[in-house]
Amino acid sequence: MSTASARIALVGNPNSGKTALFNALTGSHQKVANYAGVTVEKKEGTITTASGRTVTVLDLPGTYSLRARSPDEAVTRDAILGQLKGETPPDVVVCVADATNLRLVLRLILELRQVGRPMVLALNMFDIAQRQGLRIDLEGLARDIGAPIVTTVATRKRGIEDLVAQIEAKVEALANSGALEAANTWHEPSPAEIRQAHAEAQRLMKAHVRPAERPDTLTGRIDAVLLHPVAGLAILLALLFVMFQAVFAWAGPLMDGIEGGIAALGGLVAAVLPDGLLQSLIVDGLIAGVGSVLVFLPQILILFLFIILLEDFGYMARAAFLMDKIMGGAGLHGRAFIPLLSSFACAIPGVMATRVIDSKRDRLTTIMVAPLMTCSARIPVYTLIIAAFIPNQTVWGFASLQGLVMFGLYVSGITSALAISFIARRLFWRGQVEPFLMELPTYKTPDPKSVLRNLWQRASIFMNRAGRIILPLMVLIWVLSTFPYPPEGATGPAIDYSFAGRLGHLIHPLFAPIGFNWQMTVALIPGMAAREVAVGALGTVYAVANAEEQVGTLAGALSADWSLAMGLAFLTWYVFAPQCAPTLAVVKRETNSWLWPTVMFAYMITLAYLAAMGVYHGAVALGWG
Amino acid sequence: MDHLTPVSALAADPKSDPGEVRLSQARLGDRGVIASVHVRPDVDHRGLSADELERRLLELGFVEGAVLEVIHEGAIGRDPIAVRLDDMRVALRRKDAVDIVLRLTGDAR
Repeated sequence: MSTASARIALVGNPNSGKTALFNALTGSHQKVANYAGVTVEKKEGTITTASGRTVTVLDLPGTYSLRARSPDEAVTRDAILGQLKGETPPDVVVCVADATNLRLVLRLILELRQVGRPMVLALNMFDIAQRQGLRIDLEGLARDIGAPIVTTVATRKRGIEDLVAQIEAKVEALANSGALEAANTWHEPSPAEIRQAHAEAQRLMKAHVRPAERPDTLTGRIDAVLLHPVAGLAILLALLFVMFQAVFAWAGPLMDGIEGGIAALGGLVAAVLPDGLLQSLIVDGLIAGVGSVLVFLPQILILFLFIILLEDFGYMARAAFLMDKIMGGAGLHGRAFIPLLSSFACAIPGVMATRVIDSKRDRLTTIMVAPLMTCSARIPVYTLIIAAFIPNQTVWGFASLQGLVMFGLYVSGITSALAISFIARRLFWRGQVEPFLMELPTYKTPDPKSVLRNLWQRASIFMNRAGRIILPLMVLIWVLSTFPYPPEGATGPAIDYSFAGRLGHLIHPLFAPIGFNWQMTVALIPGMAAREVAVGALGTVYAVANAEEQVGTLAGALSADWSLAMGLAFLTWYVFAPQCAPTLAVVKRETNSWLWPTVMFAYMITLAYLAAMGVYHGAVALGWG
Repeated sequence: MDHLTPVSALAADPKSDPGEVRLSQARLGDRGVIASVHVRPDVDHRGLSADELERRLLELGFVEGAVLEVIHEGAIGRDPIAVRLDDMRVALRRKDAVDIVLRLTGDAR
């Protein structure tokens, strides 16, 4: 190995402050990518030591054992064992431990010892341990586990220099001897071996750790409220309400600002560039395309801000606890709750948030049903159709009929998601139920810096995806809707002569049984880019300029041209149809396979077709044809 | 897996020793020391092998001798439960806790 550089890996139990330590070590010198072949996030950073050595730091997913159960934990095991494809094994393993919760990490340390790589133990959150009056005999413990111990407070950057010095000493020792400290004797422990390791960990605890004089009682007191069977659920619902309000209300002005900015930029470019193909490509294809994705950034950022804050505070595990029974009835894991909730803003962050679910099956079920949640992109479509066909009247003396229909659409989305996951569980994954076993971490005040860093990483992942996957799709849809040009003297709207228009006419016979006219099928094609684009497309087909601002005019045109049955069929279609190419692209990315987006597309389109057909013929039978 | 006894049938079986209780049957406030964690191989653990479930329980600290107290119950069917396990808190479903036997201590019950 080279003497100028070295690789280290951070490993530890979940909630040990490992990521905070990673941030303290590497500062802004870090990047997030994916491991080759798996969808586990790879966080890597670099530090430069006092002697000028460059050390690459790998932040591995938290685990209780090297015996991996989830894809995340498999990465940790393979990285430590040096079996990860395309990665060199770490020279030094840094085990990060929560100083106030040592028992389980001591057992992990015993496993790490068997691997034989040089190790340093970072006793993190040492300030909390001191405040609690916990006494640890550092020298004795270091001797017994055979690794130097450094005490750290990652959030305050305390102990970092010491830790780097210890790492460097280990790297140098390794370079000098040229061999590992011991041969790798690790194998998956049997239940008996785990018990034996627990006994050894217990012996180490007894010998070197004196229990806290003032143990933390705050977590217990907070839990008495937050996990209360009644108050706990009420608080969870209140939190959700605030989150929804934030996503829809706070994001509104920002979204308007972005839309305005994009429109202004488009107008500016249109004024500078001569009329023609290039102008259309840049303004209608690129700028509008990027804009239609960018506009969701505020919602995604606000949503992730809530999720990161609640996660760092320690509440997410509690939310999973409170919701497990309810979600479990539909065959979903308690942890599926947050991703599904996120999907009300947009299925893309929802699908991304399923990473918190360990079990692959539970994660796939959640991904599959996430797009059934009513995302914000459906709202413009729903608003338009409801305005056109549902009379603005009051029922039962207080409720608005239009509001009730909107509510019904949300409820259909939720119930169908629960029904689909229930069926998937019964039909395809029978008898396979992951145990719900989860540590409820001690509550902690979130560190603003780390929250912001995390938020920034989420935003860049989203933007990266927007650039690489969504943008080309948008350009493709622009091409389909633009070419070929209408012939000289054409009377119909331009889109009618394009590939999209022709495709709409071509597939129209398929949609006739569910009551769609050709204008509707033509609007479905650009609507694949994002659901709300269908509104603009309908505007184009019915030659209503600025359809999104003049919903009234377009709604008038629609109510004159469509029957109520057609309007209801179109609404039903939008509840279920996979009308969103970016979501399918993100599912491909997250599952690393074309199989799952294909399955998703197939089941959703079948469901949409059958449901719309049922609604159409039902409505016609009621005389609404 | 028709030859296997469903977990729910087992849950009803009372332990012969009155001082011992299956964690799946424990009530809020019950506290004690874990007497045994032996996941029965002849029972259907919903697709998971008994050995695997036992190892997962052990890895999270459900090991003989550990001090345990039931501190929270879910609203529906008192499930899942949260327990204080030595120095940490763990949540689990009652179904997965059938084979953890608790020896009650103190004035519980």
